[in-house]
Amino acid sequence: MELPDESTADIACILNGEPIRARVPLRQNLVDWLRHGVGLTGSHVGCEHGVCGACHVQVDGVVVRGCLMLAVQADRATVETIEGATSSGRIRALQDAFFNRAALQCGFCTPGMLLQAAELLAKNSDPTREEIRQALSGNYCRCTGYHAIVDAVQAAAASLRA
Amino acid sequence: MPDTALPPDGWIGRPMPRAATRRLIEGRGRYTDDNAAKGELHAAFLRSPFPHAAFRITGCDAARALPGVRAVLTAEDLAPFCRSWRTQSLAFPGLVSPEQGPLARDRAVYQGEPVALVLAASRAVAEDALELVGVEWNELPAVTDVAHALDAGTPPVHQGLSSNLAWRTEFGEGDVEAAFAKAALVVEERFTFTRHTGVPLEARSVLATYDPAAEALEVRMSHQIPHQMQVHLAELLDLPMGRVRVIAGDVGGGFGIKMHVYPDEVAVCAASRLTGRPVRYVCDRIEALMADIHAREHVVQARMAVDAEGRILAFDVDDIQGLGAYSIYPRSSTVEAMSVLRTVGAPYHFSAYRARLRCALQNKVPTGQYRSVGHPIGCATTERLVDLAAAARGEDPLEFRRRNFLPEAMMPWTNPAGGRMAELSHTATLAEFERLLDLPKLRAEVAAMRAEGRCVGLGFSAVVEYTASGPAAYGRAGVPVAAMDTVVVTLEPTGDVVARASVAEIGQGIQQGIVQVVADAVGVPPSRVTIHTGDTANAPHGGGAWASRGAAIGGEAAWGAGRKLQAEILKTAAALLQSTPDALDVRDGQVVDAKGTPRMSLAELASTVFFRGHELPGGVQPQFTATHQFRREEDLFLTTNGLQASLVEVDPDTGLVTPLRHWVVGDCGRLLNPLLVDEQVRGGVVQGIGEALLEACRYDPGNGQFLTGTLADYLLPMADNAPDVTVGHVETPYSGSALGAKGAGEAGTCGAPAAVLNAVNDALGSRGARISELPVTPTVILRALGTLEAAE
Amino acid sequence: MKPARFDYACPGTLGGALALLAEQGPEASILAGGQSLMPMLNLRMARPALLVDINRIPGLDAITLLDGVLTIGARARHADVLTSPLVQQAAPLLIQALHHVAHPAIRNRGTLGGSLALADPAAEMPACVTCLGATLVLASASGERRVPAASFFLGVYATALEHGEMILRVEIPAIRPGWIHAFLEVSRRHGDYAMAGLALAIRRDGAHVAEASIALCGVESATRRQTEAEAALVARGVDAACDRFAHLDAMGGAEITAAHRIHLARVLLRRAVGAQD
Repeated sequence: MELPDESTADIACILNGEPIRARVPLRQNLVDWLRHGVGLTGSHVGCEHGVCGACHVQVDGVVVRGCLMLAVQADRATVETIEGATSSGRIRALQDAFFNRAALQCGFCTPGMLLQAAELLAKNSDPTREEIRQALSGNYCRCTGYHAIVDAVQAAAASLRA
Repeated sequence: MPDTALPPDGWIGRPMPRAATRRLIEGRGRYTDDNAAKGELHAAFLRSPFPHAAFRITGCDAARALPGVRAVLTAEDLAPFCRSWRTQSLAFPGLVSPEQGPLARDRAVYQGEPVALVLAASRAVAEDALELVGVEWNELPAVTDVAHALDAGTPPVHQGLSSNLAWRTEFGEGDVEAAFAKAALVVEERFTFTRHTGVPLEARSVLATYDPAAEALEVRMSHQIPHQMQVHLAELLDLPMGRVRVIAGDVGGGFGIKMHVYPDEVAVCAASRLTGRPVRYVCDRIEALMADIHAREHVVQARMAVDAEGRILAFDVDDIQGLGAYSIYPRSSTVEAMSVLRTVGAPYHFSAYRARLRCALQNKVPTGQYRSVGHPIGCATTERLVDLAAAARGEDPLEFRRRNFLPEAMMPWTNPAGGRMAELSHTATLAEFERLLDLPKLRAEVAAMRAEGRCVGLGFSAVVEYTASGPAAYGRAGVPVAAMDTVVVTLEPTGDVVARASVAEIGQGIQQGIVQVVADAVGVPPSRVTIHTGDTANAPHGGGAWASRGAAIGGEAAWGAGRKLQAEILKTAAALLQSTPDALDVRDGQVVDAKGTPRMSLAELASTVFFRGHELPGGVQPQFTATHQFRREEDLFLTTNGLQASLVEVDPDTGLVTPLRHWVVGDCGRLLNPLLVDEQVRGGVVQGIGEALLEACRYDPGNGQFLTGTLADYLLPMADNAPDVTVGHVETPYSGSALGAKGAGEAGTCGAPAAVLNAVNDALGSRGARISELPVTPTVILRALGTLEAAE
Repeated sequence: MKPARFDYACPGTLGGALALLAEQGPEASILAGGQSLMPMLNLRMARPALLVDINRIPGLDAITLLDGVLTIGARARHADVLTSPLVQQAAPLLIQALHHVAHPAIRNRGTLGGSLALADPAAEMPACVTCLGATLVLASASGERRVPAASFFLGVYATALEHGEMILRVEIPAIRPGWIHAFLEVSRRHGDYAMAGLALAIRRDGAHVAEASIALCGVESATRRQTEAEAALVARGVDAACDRFAHLDAMGGAEITAAHRIHLARVLLRRAVGAQD
């Protein structure tokens, strides 16, 4: 078997606070590179067509669909995944609230859900249930029915305001 | 007699978060595709683009020549490495379901059926190669519409069949004709239930590694029942069971989708055997929507007879099930239809029943067991008829139900549909339901909203669900399905307890439940109990995750194993402490005396046994590993009951339905962990709301092409179209087991579609619209209102 | 579900991008926000030979308001347009409509220009710029040209863009005193593409509608000014305007028929006009 002849590009970015250089296939999307190129498997792949939100990562400070951005586009960007957001402690209140409220079951949607919820709380420290539901409306969860997730985001917001 | 001495103030019944979710919230889950194997190949499948076609693979050379491609495999290539299979069941004698292999040969009978397999250095290259495989397709007439699949003149789904009838049956007890003849009221409806699919967020995934030197296969896969897969892979690949290891690590949701034997997964294992290389395959979402099992395609004609006092006399039900191209292996798609027909009327007393079932083959992906198998259809059918009867009598729908609920004093009772009803708590559940909803206030709110001109509706459903299937369910059918579970518990030298269980964790939290059971059974805090599941090399054989069975069956095995271990601990401690076992107890990790005074920690005891065995008295051989295997001897199924309410708002101009609130009171027996049970119920309810309002697998009526192949087309409930769900409980422990747990995982899904359907009809009733089709799309509503013309 | 092979270029200047587009002709696709293109690449429904990534070209995302003209750069992200005080001031219609566009993470990345260039008949932005009488400024290696929104959208995924051309910016006349904007839409779920959507700008003279601009999405294969309905609305009121919708060339479909879409367009027009009463 001959090696495949993938066109690649070299990129350099800040990933979870650390500089990283890599050679990435041009056609590889960001989440596939993070998962399989770097080994950060906390971001998940749920649909690869931008509907489910399982692949959410933060790029240059905003949450994006990791399946709708090419890895090569992360060149010169600042990228943060669930692993980085965890170790920095910036989503700790949300993580604790999700844990205590049982706001996850299979957990596959959870990293993407947490990053999206964190972006909401950064803009709105006291969101209503409706606002939380709207903000998370691009993150599919089959397990929970969302009620506990909304509760957990509210609880996290309250603990952050306290 | 079950040992039912639950400790006072124990861990069972406490609302505890799941310890295991710490990993998941930090991005440290290990789902199947988070694993890689050195030297692995990536698989991609060429799938039939047509619902029905004869085909000939004309050339693989170009694909094979693509750099990075290791192999292009067809049915002929895999045949030496893999047996074919055929779905059979003694429960469904004469079932027509042809032979199947891992790849189709000559003829594809559903869109998405795998016909060839590429192995390559990456998934992208494998997909490049798929485009180079030469195939000559000869499209054949496709049968997709269930209502016409059985008509004379409809072309056959499979070559050589004289009809598309896969199976038929009639059953029931009592004189139905007489009941309808004497009825004061007959209500009748024709229901259309459209196909759904489960859409677990993690799609099916498999990483198969065959070791030709050891002649052993290791398969990591996202599956609900690793032990079942071990049985089937050993059989299909002709390997000894001990040389097949199936590992399901973290599983990103199941819902019944991941409890079948899929051709693509078998093909991946066979391909690993053929190449001697690890092969990884992750079903993408397009493949998943097309080729995961679908479910719940039924056309039900049902009528109910009611006497002058408003008592239900009889049901008469005719169901045509859209089965798909095959009856799913190994359990059979017909199980769903039988579940529908056994669920009709289940909450109520009635004296006559007649069910007719025809299962129709179609050029569509097979249907299979999907969360709350069949129940939502039986429930919606029944509960809609009940509402129609109440309306015809001009009475409150809850009063009609109250009068007709099967009285507790009559149970156990086998109803005319053959369902054995036992230990149901309709009276207590209805009382709790009325308290939880504060019905007078709620009804006043509804009236006030209507006075404002809002089109709102309140709908109810009564639920009886069969859970935790016993050994006879599949055993009598000759289908190799374990309805038992095994739990092994070990006291470690540190005094910690490790449990290995054949139940499977798919997010429902059964690991946490088992930990709490073991903690109480042994006498240690849950923080000292570690549990391993999901690996056939680690946990002995058992049933896995299906039929809401983990607590009722796995829980009993855990209790039994824990009690055996505790007995051994007490026996050994008594020998060391010169006491007797019955004068001692184990609490919070300590051996205590009758007054509760600590005499020795489990750490001291265990370290003595494991590291200083010479200190033990002669003749003492502590057995600090205990195993318990549990099968239930009584009751084919357990029955659980509940009530649901749905408040919806309909926009009569646009036909959009907004679910505003939802309430559930359920009795699932003993609650091992109320926090987790509540969330099972809530998740199940929203899955049912999706079924009621959004989700549908659609096919082009002309060419049979699948139309809902992306998540932009197959509409799932999202956070902003799901309501808050209020959950209450009645707890009637099952008397036939130690713990008394029944099952909780599917009840939400069972009753939600019925409650929503009744709520929508309640909202539209005053406008003369009547709806009996799921999902209730805007089109359905606007047609019912006469705003749009009816189809065809 | 991985894309077919493509080449990738990320020019740092507009000139560089336009030169690449001129060279490659129909084989090149512009990658801006990627929120529609990337799914089509992943599904192998789009197979460009070259992706020209315009994300590093300075200035393409500027939003300015000058002399009564709101100018929005083609690469302005939906999220930035949605939160722009200038847009709120000069074109509140866009803010109303953007609440219906997808979900937060998509809006963080998706661009106005991308939405216009794609010309999905169900998308909100084409209807909005049409309703507002915007002008699209297009650029190619041979220069710039200005195309009124009303003649830009030609059909399903079809626009006046020629090969080698890209949208540079959109110029929108700022809302004039006395005018009111309304955007309403019906979709199965919030954030989904519209079953029908309505962009409306009206000026009233007392209770009477004196001037109106109407564009629809999700109804016809290309959005356009509904001049007949506008005239009817002004001359004879909302019932007459709804009557004019009988002549819409509405799209059919498996689940939503043409009659269904026309019905929804009428519902939305009544609601939008009624809400202004």
